[in-house]
Amino acid sequence: MSGFTALYRKELTDHFSGVRVFLIFCLMFIVTAMSLNGAIGNLSDAIADSKEYVFLKLFTTSGDSIYSFTTFLGFFGPIIGIALGFDAVNNEKSQGTLIRIASQPIYRDAIINAKFLAGCTVIFVLTFVLGGFETGVGIIKTGLRPGPEEFGRIFIYLLFSAVYCCVWLAMSVFFSVICKHAATAAISGISIWLFLTMFMSLAAQGIANAIFPLTGWGAYYNQYKNYSLQIGLNRISPYYLYSEAVSIIMDPSSRSVGLVTESQYSGAVVSYLSIGQSVLLIWPHLVAMFAIAVVLFAIAYVCFMKQEIRA
Amino acid sequence: MSETIIQTFGLTKDYGEVKAVDTLDLTIQRGEIFGLLGPNGAGKTTTTLMLLGLTDPTSGHAVIEGHDCTKDPLDVKKIVGYLPDNVGFYPDMTGRQNLIFTGQMNSLDKETCESRSKELLERVGMTYAADRKAGTYSRGMRQRLGIADVLMKDPEIIIMDEPTLGIDPEGMRELTKLIRDLAVKDGRTILLSSHQLYQVQEICDRVGIFVEGKLIACGRIDELGRQLQSEGLFLMDLQVEQNSDPLVKLLSAKEGVTKVTKNDNGSLHIESTRDLRKEMISFLMMNNYTLLDMHQRGGDLEEIYRRYFEKAGEEIDAAGKNSEAGSAGNDGRGKGTKQTWRERRANRRKNNPGV
Repeated sequence: MSGFTALYRKELTDHFSGVRVFLIFCLMFIVTAMSLNGAIGNLSDAIADSKEYVFLKLFTTSGDSIYSFTTFLGFFGPIIGIALGFDAVNNEKSQGTLIRIASQPIYRDAIINAKFLAGCTVIFVLTFVLGGFETGVGIIKTGLRPGPEEFGRIFIYLLFSAVYCCVWLAMSVFFSVICKHAATAAISGISIWLFLTMFMSLAAQGIANAIFPLTGWGAYYNQYKNYSLQIGLNRISPYYLYSEAVSIIMDPSSRSVGLVTESQYSGAVVSYLSIGQSVLLIWPHLVAMFAIAVVLFAIAYVCFMKQEIRA
Repeated sequence: MSETIIQTFGLTKDYGEVKAVDTLDLTIQRGEIFGLLGPNGAGKTTTTLMLLGLTDPTSGHAVIEGHDCTKDPLDVKKIVGYLPDNVGFYPDMTGRQNLIFTGQMNSLDKETCESRSKELLERVGMTYAADRKAGTYSRGMRQRLGIADVLMKDPEIIIMDEPTLGIDPEGMRELTKLIRDLAVKDGRTILLSSHQLYQVQEICDRVGIFVEGKLIACGRIDELGRQLQSEGLFLMDLQVEQNSDPLVKLLSAKEGVTKVTKNDNGSLHIESTRDLRKEMISFLMMNNYTLLDMHQRGGDLEEIYRRYFEKAGEEIDAAGKNSEAGSAGNDGRGKGTKQTWRERRANRRKNNPGV
């Protein structure tokens, strides 16, 4: 255990004293400040039709020429994860330090565990610092006061964001185990991120339309199945899963994920969901996100343990 | 003194078709310096990795001080220090920090880490660069820091992989002395692998010669030399003032001589089945040659190494095709002593495309 602690401490020191994490922090602070500025500028429009949960709108409203904070985090989260993990193991190998550590009296898994957990720690610190920054500056700039429920929603949102980043961290650690060069690992991670973020929806649409065509005689009957399949495929992508969950937790007026039929909707009372109900709605998303992170790390772990360590 | 500390039983490692280590039975006593000799890719590193439990053997097992290296690697790694070939350090940490980090991984407390790292940096002569980033170190400095790093855990056994590679002559002398001190003064057991014969000869008490995963000879260097002689192999180098070309033919015809080759510097290398020194002088005098230099060889490791290599090569070849074994001796082609058995084999293959 002492080996793990020593390694974990060293990894954390490396992260927090390194240029990389410093740059990520700077980038994210700039992005947060800009998106907050944009959100404040457009806030009056955003709350024109509802005057409740205004504070959450600071996170979700986009400015005139800038995305909202939630969109940014959804976009940059993977970059943070990939940046923190892509050279975790292969760099140790090329440096010749891996074999030296491995020949110390520690279990081999302590190495990869320490690396992953140190990365996770940085991610959690980063997301919560950014969230706190956004909240704090938002309070000062607008004079709005978040209620307890809004706090709760922001907290869950940040937690979920951190887990989302950890998914990408786990993936990039996996690539750092199987790729010999850090550059290869980084490119692999980024290409998967690009595919899942940009092209997954196109792919999902294409597949759904091929299986349940929306033209010809069956079009009407296929509509529901087509949509369900499309959404199911889209949810493979952590980005989609994340965006969907964020839209629910940060907007109490959205009441469902996916399709609602007219019959289900009739007689519904127009009101906000309580935080408990919102969480209930995105609980599967949370669990799935957590599971993806765990599974990806498990694969990386197994690969690492089976790998031969040579100088 | 003769207490077994490392022992392997039929240790084997396959990489697919290739046997990196083939049923190795090795015994190392406490306090001795053992040299594993062999060309690149002979399986030396694989053997050391199996001893540390970093690689699982395909079959067989190894025991260090009663701990099984595969099942109980943690206890093994507590008492064994490993200096890998081309050791690496964290470039952003200073030499001292790197050592302290190793100490922490060995569960040493803070004071011990600091005092021991200071002491060891002095011992390896690295105090002057202790607070520089390890990324700026030269190879020789890394090697020295590597030795300090190994000693951080105060190991009973030290395994070194090619410790002398890439070190200048001055550094080499210090290193040799340091390694001897580690064994003699501190009473540690040292297992080092190398393909640099001269250093091994200087440092090691016993050597094992490794070819293609097999340990083909093992023992004290003088023992190995005697063993060769007892098998009827005497080696001699001699130099004459005159043109030695006609002498090659003359000597080849002499009774007892099995092989005569010309070395690069013009001297002749003679292999014979008995000690020819006395006869040789009168023989040369009779034939009007002026003897400049003559000495018996066999005691030095290079010769032993080369002979064992050739033997191993012949055995491997003989296993492949028996009829080839006979021509091995006459196929030196005057290339001198530097020719390895691999080259010989390649030559033979070229000349006999049927093989």
